[in-house]
Amino acid sequence: MLEGDPCTILENEFVKPGKGQAFNRVKFRNLKNGRVWERTFKSGESLEGADVVDIDMEYLYTDGEFWHFMRTDGSYEQVAAADSAVADCKDWLKEQDVYQVTLWNDDPIAVTPPNFVELEVTDTDPGLKGDTANGGTKPATLSTGATIKGVPLFINIGDILKVDTRTGEYVSRAKG
Amino acid sequence: MNLAERVRLRAQTLADIRAFFAARDVLEVQTAVLAPSTVTDPDVESIAVPGYGFLQTSPEYQMKRLLSAGAPSIYQLGPVFRHEERGRLHNPEFTMLEWYRLGFDDQLLMQEVADLVAVVLGPGAVQTVTYQQLVGELFDQSHVERSDLDLRFAEACDGLKPGRFFVVDYPADQAALARLRPDNPTVAARFELVIDGVEIANGYWELQDPVEHERRFAADRALRRARGLVDIEPDRPFLDALQKGLPNCAGVALGVDRLLMLAQHADRLDAVMQGPEF
Repeated sequence: MLEGDPCTILENEFVKPGKGQAFNRVKFRNLKNGRVWERTFKSGESLEGADVVDIDMEYLYTDGEFWHFMRTDGSYEQVAAADSAVADCKDWLKEQDVYQVTLWNDDPIAVTPPNFVELEVTDTDPGLKGDTANGGTKPATLSTGATIKGVPLFINIGDILKVDTRTGEYVSRAKG
Repeated sequence: MNLAERVRLRAQTLADIRAFFAARDVLEVQTAVLAPSTVTDPDVESIAVPGYGFLQTSPEYQMKRLLSAGAPSIYQLGPVFRHEERGRLHNPEFTMLEWYRLGFDDQLLMQEVADLVAVVLGPGAVQTVTYQQLVGELFDQSHVERSDLDLRFAEACDGLKPGRFFVVDYPADQAALARLRPDNPTVAARFELVIDGVEIANGYWELQDPVEHERRFAADRALRRARGLVDIEPDRPFLDALQKGLPNCAGVALGVDRLLMLAQHADRLDAVMQGPEF
């Protein structure tokens, strides 16, 4: 917990002058707003631990204001995530797929997609036959509304694509 | 830089350092790396070797014992050890170059340090900044905590880049084993060399007075008690040697691995270490 918000530590560097006390220069990400910043702590300083847990949950639907997820442990317990929690992941949300939901005091504050998702192409330029070997690419719009670049020319509307959510790039054609 | 190039760079640098001192008639010594006692400095923890004593954090006491016994100007190039120091610029074992020049003061020694660094990194001007300039308004505040001052200083040193800088005029309570400046006893005759934000060397116009040594060691131990650190008995053979008389000299310790890191344009110490990194 830093300034009232839960944070995750990205880097922790040991800093020490030859004749002087040791410090830790720590790079944080604020889990509520995604902001990344650095702070230096004196050795021995302590911070309150954030009561944060990551849980696998199934995405159900959105009502336009909240995105609803359900526990996969058989309890059918649901949580409603606000826009700030799903902002980085909206492009990859597919109903009935499982996502990692970060709960802070039982509030969902972040949703992390799997590294790879499979989504259907809803719009793209017509496929060009016989151009499978040539490296030409085009953009494609997916069922979530996301547009990705670097899609091979032979992909058609209705195909299912495997996408890397970390880079937003096309990986391969899944069965389609 | 590939492994073969890194091995060649280290070997060439060690040879250049030895040639530098041979040309100036400064003699290489090999004092004990493992000794019965160690430093009281509250900011340096030694690695204890049960039944033997401590791995030395610097050859300072052993070399000063030689100087007190009549040795001429000397240098040592070898491993030193610091407990629980590891990170981008730290490893518990590292190579230190330490040397002592009879009859030198801090000014003369700073010039020699600049000359040695030029041998390894190539020619370059060294600017001088005072401790007060680095910590700014915190310097004059009597109520400021030492840890806040250290933090400001560490951050300011990190900002000394690009280029080579001597930091001078440390406050008297951070003299370590430097004498106080005869013309201004509020500051110590101590300097540090910072290159591209990395602390490279720390030097003193050496304190000679054995009584003042005892006083500083007692202050170190009081600070150790206050911080809940292990107590360290002052190094008796070192204090005995000072009673016989440490000659007027200046000395400096320089981190060779960090210098090599800069020479190969790396930003992490592990890019130059050759053993297992801890």
